[in-house]
Amino acid sequence: MPSSHDTTQRSATISVLVDNEAGVLARVIGLFSGRGYNIDSLTVAPVERDGKQSRINIVTSGTSMVIEQIKAQLDRLVPVHRVADLTQEGPHVAREMALIKVIGTGEMRVEALRIADTFRARVVDTTVGSFVFELTGATEKLDAFIDLMHGLGLAEVSRTGVAAIARGTRVM
Amino acid sequence: MSAELIQSGAEILLRALKDQGVEVIFGYPGGAVLPIYDAIFQQNAIRHILVRHEQAAVHAAEGYARSTGRVGVVLVTSGPGATNAVTGLVDALMDSIPIVCLTGQVPTHLIGNDAFQEADTTGITRPATKHNYLVKRAEDLARVVHEAFYVARSGRPGPVVIDLPKDVVINPAPYTEAAVMHPTYRPQTEPDHGQIARAVALLKQAHRPMIYAGGGVINAGPEAAAALTKFVRMTGFPITNTLMGLGAFPASDPHFLGMLGMHGTYEANLAMHGCDVLLAIGARFDDRVTGRLNAFSPDSQKIHIDIDGSSINKNVPVEVPIVADAGRALAALIEQWNADPTPVETGAIATWWRHIDTWRAKGCLTFTQDMRRGGVIKPQYAIQRLYEITKALDREVFITTEVGQHQMWAAQHFKFERPNHWMTSGGLGTMGYGLPAAMGVQIAHPDALVIDIAGEASIQMNIQEMGTLAQYRLPVKVFILNNQYMGMVRQWQELLHGSRYSETYSEALPDFVKLADAYHAKGLQARTVDELDDVIHAMLACPTAVIADIAVDQAENCFPMIPSGAAHNQMLLGPEHEESGHGVTDEGLALV
Repeated sequence: MPSSHDTTQRSATISVLVDNEAGVLARVIGLFSGRGYNIDSLTVAPVERDGKQSRINIVTSGTSMVIEQIKAQLDRLVPVHRVADLTQEGPHVAREMALIKVIGTGEMRVEALRIADTFRARVVDTTVGSFVFELTGATEKLDAFIDLMHGLGLAEVSRTGVAAIARGTRVM
Repeated sequence: MSAELIQSGAEILLRALKDQGVEVIFGYPGGAVLPIYDAIFQQNAIRHILVRHEQAAVHAAEGYARSTGRVGVVLVTSGPGATNAVTGLVDALMDSIPIVCLTGQVPTHLIGNDAFQEADTTGITRPATKHNYLVKRAEDLARVVHEAFYVARSGRPGPVVIDLPKDVVINPAPYTEAAVMHPTYRPQTEPDHGQIARAVALLKQAHRPMIYAGGGVINAGPEAAAALTKFVRMTGFPITNTLMGLGAFPASDPHFLGMLGMHGTYEANLAMHGCDVLLAIGARFDDRVTGRLNAFSPDSQKIHIDIDGSSINKNVPVEVPIVADAGRALAALIEQWNADPTPVETGAIATWWRHIDTWRAKGCLTFTQDMRRGGVIKPQYAIQRLYEITKALDREVFITTEVGQHQMWAAQHFKFERPNHWMTSGGLGTMGYGLPAAMGVQIAHPDALVIDIAGEASIQMNIQEMGTLAQYRLPVKVFILNNQYMGMVRQWQELLHGSRYSETYSEALPDFVKLADAYHAKGLQARTVDELDDVIHAMLACPTAVIADIAVDQAENCFPMIPSGAAHNQMLLGPEHEESGHGVTDEGLALV
């Protein structure tokens, strides 16, 4: 039983399988904004070959009671098939990808490349004055890399948001 | 029928409605729905009721739905037609009323072009509906209509919008029959039997049990209300109803403690506060019911039955959650109650009833009516007389209300014995609901007595529907408790804002008798207590629509009252009782 007095915030990664119909994303986002829930990250893409179903991954935070409420509210939307709380249901893998543009020359440029190498970021575009790095990993890893690039000519960041899936044989 | 039969979108639409058993549509024409109105003109199976404002069309459909248990149907045009309907849609969403609302839309090639009378109807109504559809091809039309009816009435019922671009209702397409099952939407209706057994085990060992039943029992159909009555009588437990649940249990039964909540009875609220096991059925722990959450029913273990999983553990954490249809769950409870050999705590429950009876003896709804000639009419007395006089008639009586003090007095003083006979805007609190809702009830029950208990402010929000009453000869009785104030707001201003009556005096009221006359109805007026009974009798005897303007005490407040931010055991009783003191905290002042 979630307690109304428990004010501890937790983060939850929730995956939602939905009918890939017009307005379904607006319905999910509207639910979050209308009821005042947080969205820390959101991704959506079709996941079936026929394009009939999409998977939405949402990273949100709140008290246990709020997270339970978010899941129940998502579950009652007509085009929603299944809601899974990956954080709660067991171990899971969560990854995101970022494209990071760093502009600089000389020592800074060399240093950026050296750090990118230790993070196993790939260089996907380069000019004499810039790099675009592609980095995949957990959110914290991306955050750490971007932090380091701040002093080395960080110019622009584009992130995908989190895609997540349960470990092992468990499926949605 | 063969799937190859080609018809226009409008013909498909009407055929799908007919296949869904629709007999009546409440609507208002306009450019985008002309082809649909043309198809309506050429058939006789479905009756169209022309309202005077689209909001009223939705409320009328709500009244129709709530008094029949069927899906109410609305047809409005694009743009302003659809936006005017939005208040009605949210009202139906909050009160879980099954509605299918057909909205016209500009042709598909003009969508997004800021065309004449274009509005993003699916965008605007997304948070105002249970679900909505934009139909882009006539081929999809029949399937979407069938799906919409299924969604509207299944699970927790609600309003569904189907947005219909003009070309879609003109284009020809084949008809498709209703599918047996929706591809994905399958609400859980059967209770989990392990949870039912846990619930019964808790109830059997209860010393101070309490049952709290809401509109979900009414939505689950008359069998659910019958099962609730049976369960209460076999357990001997006390029961309260929410505003939406009135009629789910017979008010005359001694187990009934009256309505609970902000303007509920002293005995119902204190029993909620003091109980040790609380069984909630088809009710959602609304803020008007719970008062201050952290002081709500503090010592009870709670069982919550609701068809909507998101209503459970939303405001109040419960020990035994049961997602199910109220009727199915009650049937399972009855069966398990009989199967479980544990005896009930008879002695403790008898003591509990003695407590309740002392609270009851307080007579929290009493008021003093000056019966002398020329005495000012107390609003409670007007409703009490209306109840007593209509009860003595051998007629089926339906009551609708507007929103405010008169609504609460009606809930307190009019007694309901059966479900589906009380229609009020509970969740959204929509002034202007009562008259159009009464219209919808009267359409569904032409021979019944349908009364809108109104206030002089609320009634003016949809007064234009008097025209609809005249057109269809609907003998709805509008019973106005006229205190020349937006009474509930005035009451809060008195209690919370130092009696500064900011903008709540009903200035420049119409002469309601002349207004009735202008709308081909009968106008009546009672100014003093000695005139009241005659006016009620004249109103009830009148074969046409009536506006009865009842001048009531302007200063009367609605009690008991739990002030905002207070707990159930901190109720204010009226001037008849010694307790007083406002006890509103700063946090309470910020609540609505």
